[in-house]
Amino acid sequence: MLTVKDLYVRVEDKEILKGINLQVNRGEVHAIMGPNGSGKSTLANVIAGKEGYEITGGEVTLDGKDLLDMLPEERAREGVFLAFQYPVEIPGVSNASFLKTALNEIRKHKGLEELDAMHFLKFMKEKMKMVGIDDNLINRPVNQGFSGGEKKRNEIFQLQMLQPTLAVLDETDSGLDIDALKVVSHGVNLFRNKDNAVVVVTHYQRLLNYIVPDFVHVLVSGRIVKSGGKELALELEDKGYDWVTNTVPAAETV
Amino acid sequence: MSTEVSNVEELAIKDYKYGFQTEIETDVIPKGLSEETVRAISLKKDEPEWMLEWRLKAFRHWLTITKENEPAWANISYPEVDFQDIIYYAAPKQKISLNSLDEVDPELLKTFEKLGISLQEQKRLTGVAVDAVFDSVSVTTTFKAELSKLGIIFCSMSEAVQEHPDLVKKYIGSVVPYTDNFYAALNSAVFSDGSFCYIPKGVRCPMELSTYFRINTSGTGQFERTLLIADEGGYVSYLEGCTAPMRDENQLHAAVVELVALDDATIKYSTVQNWYPGNSEGLGGIYNFVTKRGACRGKNSKITWTQVETGSAITWKYPSCILQGDNSVGEFYSVAVTNNRQQADTGTKMIHLGKNTRSTIVSKGISAGKSNNSYRGLVRVHKKAENARNFTQCDSLLIGDKCGAHTFPYIEVANKSAKVEHEATTSKIGEDQLFYLRQRGIAMEDAINMIVNGYCKDVFRELPMEFAVEAQKLLSISLEGSVG
Repeated sequence: MLTVKDLYVRVEDKEILKGINLQVNRGEVHAIMGPNGSGKSTLANVIAGKEGYEITGGEVTLDGKDLLDMLPEERAREGVFLAFQYPVEIPGVSNASFLKTALNEIRKHKGLEELDAMHFLKFMKEKMKMVGIDDNLINRPVNQGFSGGEKKRNEIFQLQMLQPTLAVLDETDSGLDIDALKVVSHGVNLFRNKDNAVVVVTHYQRLLNYIVPDFVHVLVSGRIVKSGGKELALELEDKGYDWVTNTVPAAETV
Repeated sequence: MSTEVSNVEELAIKDYKYGFQTEIETDVIPKGLSEETVRAISLKKDEPEWMLEWRLKAFRHWLTITKENEPAWANISYPEVDFQDIIYYAAPKQKISLNSLDEVDPELLKTFEKLGISLQEQKRLTGVAVDAVFDSVSVTTTFKAELSKLGIIFCSMSEAVQEHPDLVKKYIGSVVPYTDNFYAALNSAVFSDGSFCYIPKGVRCPMELSTYFRINTSGTGQFERTLLIADEGGYVSYLEGCTAPMRDENQLHAAVVELVALDDATIKYSTVQNWYPGNSEGLGGIYNFVTKRGACRGKNSKITWTQVETGSAITWKYPSCILQGDNSVGEFYSVAVTNNRQQADTGTKMIHLGKNTRSTIVSKGISAGKSNNSYRGLVRVHKKAENARNFTQCDSLLIGDKCGAHTFPYIEVANKSAKVEHEATTSKIGEDQLFYLRQRGIAMEDAINMIVNGYCKDVFRELPMEFAVEAQKLLSISLEGSVG
């Protein structure tokens, strides 16, 4: 489904990604692990289409469609969802009306009928229950005054609402206590199915106890230096990133 | 999407030019301003002697203040206005009946259609009484009979001069005297029409009252005068809307609005101003130089100004409250949007005279394109105004990096018991906010609208429901093409 081929990305004069290859298929969960500054968030942002990155080589496709050629909103309508590491506040815009607009844009793109207020509300209530989010957060302006945990929970709620085909979670575990981590992971696990895929970007193995990946890739200095199954994450936790950075950069990737 | 919409806009304006001007013959007084002009206007309107005298006094006063004292302190720039090159009176020859309101003004109708509200339907659904002013005269006032059952007078200014001279004589110029400023003097001399409203004691006006101002004839200035009085315990919510066709020349709109609230009376005055702003290069557009002031004369009275300013090449206005009565309340909620080369210098004055008077100012400026947007506000607490309170919140939002936002707060406090708070922020629409919304499938322009509307929510909340929607959509129309 998602294919990243030989991707090179610069920010100003600095090369951040140096030839990334990644194949993510439906029904799979991939974890991208790596130390700070390795390029994890850059990869997530480039997939979603954030400005400020210069793509100097390679390609990113979703079901064969060239993502790099699309605006961020077009990618989103095609099914790319980024759960942000730092969700921004949008004062004065209620969470519910924001989500209604977003959902209907996506539905329109898919050729589905737009949901009216009543049907939207019904659909939203179901999802709220599923993710364990209360009315209070829904009626407040997007992320405004939310705690760190509430913001992340809101991201997962949006994931449930918008039902993308590819979910990229950027450091979703950062700033979460263990209870919040469980709630958020639960939401992601409910989302997983054979028709979608999840890419989890994380520094720590902790999150992967709850969202169990099928594949783990280790990103160091803009390159994927090691790939493996879920046990690789445990090994990393045990031995630290020094362990992989000291090994010869692996050319082979999944 | 944006090109499609702007095409619709162009179309609407083209339709307007052909449809309207050919159909309506106009009665025009030749260009130029002299005592003769003033007399001619008064004669056209068949005014009583006292009205003419008042005009002439104003005109003579205006002559003494010309040029040197033309307001120059505002943060705006424009070529000198040639007051001899303006038509001071233009009126459609046939009076048009209420039912054909949409025929009268296709562009207005189109605007409403674009906003998803048909004027007819709106009237039926919400029962909004409308006084429609085209160029210099009031064309029609709706729901008059129904209102008069409650003793409410709602009519054109011309009619009020004829039918209710005592009320007019008593109150006209009592809030904004003709000596007040350059444009107030000019308006007092040549004002042609406007709306008049009187709410009797203890009456709560059951419907929104509304005036729609329209400049049509080329080369005309519009100098309307509105006078609104709420007697003891009265309540009225009033809305003013403005549009003008697209022209390459600049046209002058110099109105005066006076509000008087007596004991326990409440006046809500809302404006959705959408005068033609000029094209993207700054050619044409309306100069909107307006004096609006409300007097809270009685105890416990309240005046609320809410304005959404999206139009005009230049806006220069400061709807103000004189808080004379003890415990009186003044409020000012404003959204001022400037795009392309528009300039706005707007704000308010809250003059605290009575005890326990309170005022609230919430101003939201939005600048896009190469425009300039200034907030200018005065909070003055007089010596005798014990326990006066003011809260001012003044926010500026910038879209792009070629526009400007400025804040000029003036605070003068002469009583130690006063509490005056001022908060000001300036922000840019964040790339991060835009990316966040776009990542959820919302297109750039829609994302900007969403952020801007959220930012203005505190003000929109103050608008009558029917018009909050209109205001929101107007905002998005005027910000079209402001990014990218």
